[in-house]
Amino acid sequence: MSDKVKKQEDLKKDAGKIFLEEISESPLTVTILAIFTGLLLGGVLVAITTEAVYQAFGVSLWEGIKAAVGAAWQTYQALFYGSVGNPSKIIAAFQSGDAEEIRWAVNPFFDSLLVSTPYIFAGLAVALGFRVGLFNIGAEGQLFIGAATTVTAAIYLKGLPAIIHIPVSLLAGFLGGGLWGFIPGWLKAATGGHEVINTIMMNYIAFRLSEFLLRGPLKNPEGFSPVSAPIQESAQLPRLFQAPIRFHIGFFIALFFAFLVYLFLFKTTWGFTLRTVGANPRAAKYAGMSIIQSTVLGMFLSGGLAGLAGANEVLGVNHNLALAFASGYGFDSIALALLGKSHPLGVVLAAILFGFLRNGAIQMQILAGIPVDIISILQAFILAFIAAPAIIRTIYRLKEPEIDIEAVTLRGWGGN
Amino acid sequence: MTTKTATLNDFEKTSPVRRIVMGLVFLLAAGLIWFLFIRTLEPGVKTTFKMMPGGSNQTIPDWIFGTVPMLKTLVGISLVAGGYQLARGFRKRTNLVLGLVGGMFVFAFLTWATADGSLNLAGLIRSALVKAVPLTLGALSGVLCERSGVVNIAIEGMMLTGAFVSALVGSLTNIWIGLLAAVLSGGILAAVLAVLSIKYKTDQIIAGTIINIFATGITSFLSARFLQVYQNLNDPGRFPTIKIPVLSDIPFLGPILFQHNMFVYAVFIFLIVITIGLYYTRWGLRTRSVGEHPKAADTLGINVFRTRYFSVILGGFMAGFGGAYFTLGSVGRFDELMTAGRGFIGLAAMIFGNWNPFGSFSAGLLFGFFDALASKLAILKVPIPSEVMLMFPYLATMVILAGVIGRGQMPAADGQPYEKE
Amino acid sequence: MEPILELKGITKSFPGVLANDHINLTLNQGEIHALLGENGAGKSTLMNVLYGLYAPDEGEIYVRGKKIAISSPRDAIAQGIGMVHQHFMLVPVFTVTENVMLGDETIRAGGFLDRKTPADRIREISHEFHLEVDPDSFIHDLPVGVQQRVEIIKLLYREADILILDEPTAVLTPQEVDELFTIMRSLVESGKSIIFITHKLREVLTFADRITVIRGGKVIGTTTPAEANQNQLAAMMVGRDVSLEVNKEPAQIKDIVLETEDLVVLDDLNNAAVKGVSFDVRGGEILGIAGVQGNGQTELVKAITGLSHPAAGKLRLLGHDITHASPRTITELGSAHIPEDRQHDGLVLTATIADNLVLNTYYRKPFAKYVVLQEDKVLENAEEIITNFDVRTPSPLIPAGSLSGGNQQKVIVGREFSRPIKFLVASQPTRGLDVGSIEYIHKRLLEKRGAGVAILLVSTELDEIMELSDRIAVMYNGQIIAIVEAEGATKEQIGLLMAGVTEA
Repeated sequence: MSDKVKKQEDLKKDAGKIFLEEISESPLTVTILAIFTGLLLGGVLVAITTEAVYQAFGVSLWEGIKAAVGAAWQTYQALFYGSVGNPSKIIAAFQSGDAEEIRWAVNPFFDSLLVSTPYIFAGLAVALGFRVGLFNIGAEGQLFIGAATTVTAAIYLKGLPAIIHIPVSLLAGFLGGGLWGFIPGWLKAATGGHEVINTIMMNYIAFRLSEFLLRGPLKNPEGFSPVSAPIQESAQLPRLFQAPIRFHIGFFIALFFAFLVYLFLFKTTWGFTLRTVGANPRAAKYAGMSIIQSTVLGMFLSGGLAGLAGANEVLGVNHNLALAFASGYGFDSIALALLGKSHPLGVVLAAILFGFLRNGAIQMQILAGIPVDIISILQAFILAFIAAPAIIRTIYRLKEPEIDIEAVTLRGWGGN
Repeated sequence: MTTKTATLNDFEKTSPVRRIVMGLVFLLAAGLIWFLFIRTLEPGVKTTFKMMPGGSNQTIPDWIFGTVPMLKTLVGISLVAGGYQLARGFRKRTNLVLGLVGGMFVFAFLTWATADGSLNLAGLIRSALVKAVPLTLGALSGVLCERSGVVNIAIEGMMLTGAFVSALVGSLTNIWIGLLAAVLSGGILAAVLAVLSIKYKTDQIIAGTIINIFATGITSFLSARFLQVYQNLNDPGRFPTIKIPVLSDIPFLGPILFQHNMFVYAVFIFLIVITIGLYYTRWGLRTRSVGEHPKAADTLGINVFRTRYFSVILGGFMAGFGGAYFTLGSVGRFDELMTAGRGFIGLAAMIFGNWNPFGSFSAGLLFGFFDALASKLAILKVPIPSEVMLMFPYLATMVILAGVIGRGQMPAADGQPYEKE
Repeated sequence: MEPILELKGITKSFPGVLANDHINLTLNQGEIHALLGENGAGKSTLMNVLYGLYAPDEGEIYVRGKKIAISSPRDAIAQGIGMVHQHFMLVPVFTVTENVMLGDETIRAGGFLDRKTPADRIREISHEFHLEVDPDSFIHDLPVGVQQRVEIIKLLYREADILILDEPTAVLTPQEVDELFTIMRSLVESGKSIIFITHKLREVLTFADRITVIRGGKVIGTTTPAEANQNQLAAMMVGRDVSLEVNKEPAQIKDIVLETEDLVVLDDLNNAAVKGVSFDVRGGEILGIAGVQGNGQTELVKAITGLSHPAAGKLRLLGHDITHASPRTITELGSAHIPEDRQHDGLVLTATIADNLVLNTYYRKPFAKYVVLQEDKVLENAEEIITNFDVRTPSPLIPAGSLSGGNQQKVIVGREFSRPIKFLVASQPTRGLDVGSIEYIHKRLLEKRGAGVAILLVSTELDEIMELSDRIAVMYNGQIIAIVEAEGATKEQIGLLMAGVTEA
């Protein structure tokens, strides 16, 4: 064997090694392993909270393991059926050729996308905040206010064609949520009051405000419960299929906004400014950027996106505004932004994942008797692994990357 | 930042602007009482305050007085305070006087709202105290963590977990063991917070958020899986009301302060113990030094990490205890998401109370008072929606945070991971 | 007599820097031993090793003749070693007593803190050593000089007899310095031994018993004030042998570009850091600002670049009043800035090299069309600068943080030099760089000078100032105490001026 050939062989070997190293250093690997480990732990949780498993362990160890794996398998199968659909049913439906049957069979899939839609908006909201170095924990409040302003526009503006009414209503939601983000942003810039506390406070003010509105000015005069009147038909987001599929164009609007946010953040000078302020405010100041402007703008846009999540639910799904119609989005959206590494594409993927999980969980509760709340637990596990990647690296013996580009860094607690 | 704090402190101490602003605020209070309240009343109406909470066996006559004269007196005091403030200034006592004037304004509001009617004042105060219990416990949890330099926004999650665990374990054993288990569960979550934020140096707010998400999920999950299926697992009972002999016979104050279950007394004890602990023991001195200037503590041989772990876990115990209040001290069973944001108001009370136990309690009482008042508004036929009243704690916290009234003294190293070189 | 403390062969390296290179040092009982050296010479590292804050790579420590291991401050305290850090280790919201007793508290019956016994002890100590301080006052109410007394009391309270004072005079007024030396004298008279870290020549000659000079992590020599004089010490401290020769063309002086007039600038704590400074910089010349770190240079640069606004005085750039202008306005007038702290102020380490190269031009043509970033132009620009400035990187699209220090600095220099500039502030442009990069940056600075740019060079490296500058302004205690022509100036002369000695 000549030296030359030998060298090439070595090179090949090295290439293989380098490839493996690159994989193990890639943040994406950590993300995927975090999701995997989270799901695994979820399975364990299901197994240890299933009585049949204990009975089986009473019989023999092997039976016990079988039962434990079986319980977890059944859970995740139900989750899959509930989120994507039952494959055999789908095949059967397509073979039968009956349109309605097909729609029923694929409905879980479209419903999951429907559930994903507000997550995309809310996740984008928090992600945009992170990019500017702001921790917007108030997506939920902004969502409520956005929903309230949207519903106001969607009920009281009359006689508009859909092509105008829908954008105007969405804009109302954006501005409403934006205002709710602007206030803590302004407070941070002007007084140094920390946005975490202020957005939490604004959340509760928003809940009380929406309660007040729904018991008073916005209440449907024809009903007794705290629910608004239905919105004008011209403001409803059009559905793309016949019943039972509720899937509407909101999903595409969300994708469009994700694209817009991407363009804004990465392709415009404004985004450049905001990202620089978020990554290193000191260097941003040296380069002549205004920290105050960026903070206020960042919180406004972040709030606006969260407001669109509310608008989407009102215009696309509920067609009215009810009390606490969308609780839990505040924390979920933080999870999405972290999971998606604060990148619009990552957020969209994370939101779709959570949409499928959340939607599938409903079937899972019905079929396997596993409460939907397991999704929150999965979320917490995945997030803990993403936030402390050292845990995942230790478990799977991954190499430490040289510099951690993805670390979420936030500025101090007490306002500087 | 240093610049800002320095100038703000100067501003608070010496600024003539602030003196005048505060003086005008006092005068404004007088003006509001005059125009909003007195001008809208018929002369000669009377206000009746009942001085016994419901269920009390004391007999204290109702407090009946002429509404307008009382309001005029309050206007007079506010005017004097405002005038003095404008002319000479209360200086260091400005905030105290501000508190008094605020209190008078609230009292004026009650007096006016009760004109021609009656209100159970003792009941209102008692109810405020009861509502302050979980808020104060939550705030104390925050005080313990943040005094050592670790931000805890997971108080809510820890309380929720405590509530669940106390229901489950309390039903299986007895309420005392249930209480103990709740305390431990809070401690375990706090240990997770501590490991994430001290060892892995995860952003403390993210770590807290993770715990909140986890707590929401696990309590609802297990509750749906077990408590709802086996109702007997969700029946831990409640701690009985204990009348403190002698003290509970004090007129007016007795029934308000000394006829409660042990949680209320525990709050009093914790307040004293933590205050003494923080300010009069070695542990407290070291904990506060670690929260203010960890490097200084390190150079004197104090183990920063160990001190922080200890305080955070202690804070977790406190939150777990506060969580148990919801089941063992209040409703007697666990409901999903039953803490309903009280942990976050506790956090707000801590900030409002300047990271200080009694300050937190005062803030808790204030927030509790507005909560209690909101539920009475309907009876009083006051044209203020209760929801608006309930926004008060949040608005007040934001105002405090903005430094309008005076910025609190947050532990200087709060929220910053300590890096040993 | 056996020395009370002996350090043998102490070696400590940090990534890329050998901070202490086999350092030997002895401290006799009852002496004030000055450790003299420039910033970055390795004095503080040595003392942090001794105090247990850093673990040495090599070397042995003997206290009172016995070899000991010090792995934490606790060990050091137990050996009777105490240290006053350059940045005080005091909790501002605590009282004097609380700060002093922290970590060494006395407990009353019932587990309560005893504040009275320590307070009494503090009074005793303060009486004995003339360290007047009220045990009950809060630190944040005390002036810096008194805070330092509290730090010293902390050591005495722990009965330390080896006291390390790290740059104790850096933060003091001249009167406070005198008081400090009286205190130090009374301490050694009562049997304490003191290691006193400084870079100020006059102080060591007046107050030290012995002087050890450290340069570049090595001991250069030990002497006594009787044997030494300021010129000798200055030479030992700055070193004559290290010299990077550069070919400098004669200056082509043009019009005034930057003018400062009675400039007063406050620092973060609202103290005047620049106290009425006036000078000008002309096109085609390099004005070097020499001075020991912390004499107001940082604040001066901040004011000139618009990062802070002067409290008084005037700033004019190319005829425009920039006293209250924003950083962007100043940049747009044709000013460039190489900041002192490149990793925090000069670069966004997580952003790509290409983005860092347009950090202050991204919003203008050709990099932006209206608000749309022109990525191809940004990339072209990056490739051009990477080639022209010899930045060693596999790609312009990797994060700036993955580059070496020298290449990071080249990114900054490349960014600032690639636009048409008329004025340049270079703050510590070669700090922490290897010799090759230093040479490179120096060459580039001289090129810009040749092109008629007015350059303000701020550096604590005397060699650098001497080699590059046409005129040298020495800053001391917030003032420019002399401006001399570089031609004919000697290092000794400038070194003395840097130490505040004007009469020499």
